Amino acid sequence: MITSFEVLETNKMIEQEMLDVRTITMGISLLDCCDSDLDRLNEKIYEKIVASAKDLVQTGDEIGKEFGIPIVNKRISVTPIALVGGCCCKTPEDFVTIAKTLDRAAKEVGVNFIGGYSALVSKGMTVAERNLILSIPQALAETDRVCSSVNVGSTKTGIDMDAVKLMGEVVVKAAELTKDRDSIGCAKLVVFCNAPDDNPFMAGAFHGVTEGDRVINVGVSGPGVVKTALEQVRGADFETLCETIKRTAFKVTRVGQLVAREASKRLDVPFGIVDLSLAPTPAIGDSVADILEEIGLESVGAPGTTAALALLNDQVKKGGVMASSYVGGLSGAFIPVSEDQGMINAVNRGALTIEKLEAMTCVCSVGLDMIAIPGDTPASTISGIIADEAAIGMINQKTTAVRLIPVCGKGVGEIVEFGGLLGYAPIMPVNKYSCEAFVNRGGRIPAPIHSFKN
Amino acid sequence: MSKMIITVLGKDTVGIIAKVCTYLADNQMNIEDISQTIVQGYFNMMMIVDISKSEVKVGQMAEDLQKIGEALGVKIRCQSEEIFTSMHRI
Repeated sequence: MITSFEVLETNKMIEQEMLDVRTITMGISLLDCCDSDLDRLNEKIYEKIVASAKDLVQTGDEIGKEFGIPIVNKRISVTPIALVGGCCCKTPEDFVTIAKTLDRAAKEVGVNFIGGYSALVSKGMTVAERNLILSIPQALAETDRVCSSVNVGSTKTGIDMDAVKLMGEVVVKAAELTKDRDSIGCAKLVVFCNAPDDNPFMAGAFHGVTEGDRVINVGVSGPGVVKTALEQVRGADFETLCETIKRTAFKVTRVGQLVAREASKRLDVPFGIVDLSLAPTPAIGDSVADILEEIGLESVGAPGTTAALALLNDQVKKGGVMASSYVGGLSGAFIPVSEDQGMINAVNRGALTIEKLEAMTCVCSVGLDMIAIPGDTPASTISGIIADEAAIGMINQKTTAVRLIPVCGKGVGEIVEFGGLLGYAPIMPVNKYSCEAFVNRGGRIPAPIHSFKN
Repeated sequence: MSKMIITVLGKDTVGIIAKVCTYLADNQMNIEDISQTIVQGYFNMMMIVDISKSEVKVGQMAEDLQKIGEALGVKIRCQSEEIFTSMHRI
């Protein structure tokens, strides 16, 4: 029988250490909506999303109430729209109509984000995929809840440098079109290498083509819980440290597994995966940076940061896989800047640079995330940063991503405010030297030698 | 899902258990286990309750108990037992 000590421990995690289920994300395949008529396609997409997800928000809230744990976000991911709209969208503007349909459907069912305005172009772009990519800035500027992602490379295929070049320009354009709102369009746009098909976290969620018709994926969080657990083992050796992280990750993931199973049962939608990520929020005590500092760094960015993050990421996975039979998505520690008060502090005190963050992305679960850079950064430089990240992902067989916000009209040292979960960020300096000639070469970077496993 | 865990935390005052138990009895909910401590004037109670015979919905029960807690000036949480067994039992 459950003891009062165990009950108190769980409730302390929820109340004081901000344990929550970060998101229940329903993946919906839109492949059966394909139509040669654009209006009919939009109609079918709207109907399928609303019919599939009409009870999602209410069910999430009910489960949260019964278990006494906050379920922060209820979201939807859909099949990459470049595939769905391919047969009838002839121009970027045609694709924008689908973005508006997604936005309308998201508002109707009450989810706060809908992901999947995406293209998977790791080896090359079709005409439709190019058009979708070109439409992203306008789509993000004219919708509120649509999130977009583009996969530009993978370990199996190499990196599509034409897409990388294009994405640099798209990021700049997305910033320009939303300059009256601190370029927030870019906060809803992720460029991936090795994008997972079942990621429940925004802005990079989409419903992969390998998935079934509908699926429930759940993302758990809990940096505060790990931080508090580590406070109890200050000064202990690495074995104790790792064991503590693992045990905590196990407990956190079990909650995610429970919620995922329950949501799947009540919505009558198959359960997909639990994504056991440590996802920080701007709230005090909900920070991955705080964990790294608790491990023994004076500030994130100090020598030792990459090793500490590698250890954290690995132990989170090890604890999590025992807790759920189906683990997927990104699973690990996120290191966004604007969404993590500890990271913001480290940037402000001059301890953390983009270069160090890049090193950290070799061992974290995603990549350069929510980093504000000067608005006058050239598109080719952004493409260069995307190429660097994609190369790290390709060579290390891991997911990497870039979500940079070149804030129009602002420079290094200024602060940009996105609000809500997206937080705020000091604008960070970017290396001034050009990589234009590199980016302009065109073509593909071949797949690495260790990808040939057949 | 028929067992709920009720926890009460707050400053000790007259009638906390009485109020909670009255609510449970009125709604055909059976108390299976109850433990309680008072440390430095702070009341700390945990109950395991079987609600399989009750017609009240779980969400409603959590809300009702929360309101009773607010009236008494203590914090009452009511959660399905599963969240604790999931987390602490393999």
